Amino acid sequence: MSAMTTQEATRQYAIRLGDDALILGHRLSEWCSNAPFLEEDLALTNVALDFIGRARMFYSYAAELSGDGRSEDSFAYQRDCREFTNLLMHELPRGDFAFTMARQYLIDEYSLAFMEQMLSSTDPTLAAIAAKAVKESRYHLRRSRDWVLRLGDGTEESHQRMQTAINELWGYNAELFEMDTLEADLAGQGIAVDTTALRQPWSAAVQATLAEATLAVPETDWSVRGGRQGLHTESLGHLLSELQFIQRAYPGLEW
Amino acid sequence: MKAPNHIPLLPAEEYERRQRRETSSVPALWDLLDEVKDPEIPVISLWELGVLQDIAVEGDTVVVTITPTYSGCPAMTVMAEDVVTALAAAGYHSTEIVTRLAPAWSSLWMSPEAKEKLRHYGIAPPGCGSTSAPEPIACPHCGSDDVRKISEFGSTACKSLYQCGDCREPFDYFKPI
Repeated sequence: MSAMTTQEATRQYAIRLGDDALILGHRLSEWCSNAPFLEEDLALTNVALDFIGRARMFYSYAAELSGDGRSEDSFAYQRDCREFTNLLMHELPRGDFAFTMARQYLIDEYSLAFMEQMLSSTDPTLAAIAAKAVKESRYHLRRSRDWVLRLGDGTEESHQRMQTAINELWGYNAELFEMDTLEADLAGQGIAVDTTALRQPWSAAVQATLAEATLAVPETDWSVRGGRQGLHTESLGHLLSELQFIQRAYPGLEW
Repeated sequence: MKAPNHIPLLPAEEYERRQRRETSSVPALWDLLDEVKDPEIPVISLWELGVLQDIAVEGDTVVVTITPTYSGCPAMTVMAEDVVTALAAAGYHSTEIVTRLAPAWSSLWMSPEAKEKLRHYGIAPPGCGSTSAPEPIACPHCGSDDVRKISEFGSTACKSLYQCGDCREPFDYFKPI
C-alpha cells in the first residue's frame, strides 16, 4: 500500500474527530424533553449543541481537504455504519441519567486533555477548532464531574446506578488511548494528539473523582475496541437510522 | 501575544478588531451593521458582542467576517442571515459571510457599554478579568452579591442560570469564556 499523503491522513483524522463529536452530540440530544428536570433538559441539549457544532467544524475541514464537492452534510448523512470511525464509548445507548453523566464525565476528562494538546497542533485549523472546543470542555467537565459526585455520594439508589454505569463503561476506556498508524504518523508530524500520553493523567483524574464520589474503580478484565476501524456495536445502526432518516427519505433535502 | 502598552486591559486581538473598524475604508458599512443585533439578546449588536470581525468590499461583493461565540450556537446562522438581509436592504445584493475560528471568541471582547446593556436587560455580564478563575457575580436586578447557581446552563449555551438570595429573582449570567 502506498503511503498516504499528509493531507489525506489529516482529512481522515478530522472525520474521526467529527464522528466522535456528532455521535455523542446525537446521544445527548435524545434527552431533549426527556431529562429528569427542566434545567437538566436545557443543560443536556446545550452540551449536545456544543458537540454537534464541534462535529460541523471537523467535517467542514474534512470537506475542504476533500475538495471533491462533498460537504459537512455528506459526512454526517451519507455514510453507513462501517464508514463511521467514532470511538465506541460515544455510541452506547444513553441509558439512565447516571449512565449518561458517567459517560459524559469520562469523555469530558478525556476531551479537555485532548483539546489542550491539540491547541499546539501544527495544523492551524485543528489548533483553531481546539481553541474553541477547549473553552467549552472546561465547563462541560465542571458539570459532569459534579454529577458523578452528587450521584455517587448521594442516596443508596443513585450510588448504585452510578457504580453500575461506571462498571459498564469501563471496558470502553482502553480504546481512547490507542493509536493506529495513521494517528501515530500524524502525531509524529505534530498534527495529531498523542493519546497514549493522555492515559496516565486521565486515569489519575478519574480515580480521584471516583474516590471522592465514594465509587469503586472497577477491576475489569474486558475491553472492547474497533470504532476507529469502523467496527461498531449494534447501537450505532439504530442511532444512524434516526439521525439520517430524512436524508435517506429525501436525498439532498435542504431546509 | 502581548497587548499594546497603551490599552493594557484589552486583549491584543480585540485591539486589532477595533483598529480594523477605525481604519476601514468602508466605515458606512460598519455603521449599517450596527443595526444587526444578537437574535437572543436583541440589545447588543454583533459588533458589541465581538462576533463581527471585519468588513471588506471585493468588486461588487461585501465580505463580512464573523467569529462564532459557541461551536453549536444556533443563533450564528440567524446572525449570518440578518447580516445578508441588512446589507440587501441597503442595496448590497452580493454578500459573502466568512467564518473565522481563530482567535477563538472571548467574552473579554465585549465593551463595558455592551456589558451595561446586558445588565439593564436582566443578564449579569461577564467580568473583565481572567476567564478561568471564578469571579464575583451581582444580581442584575438589585445588585446583591448573595446569589447562587441553579444550573451551569441557562436559556442558551452562553449563559448559566442563577437566583438572587435578596430579591429572589432568577437571572441569566453570561459565562466568561
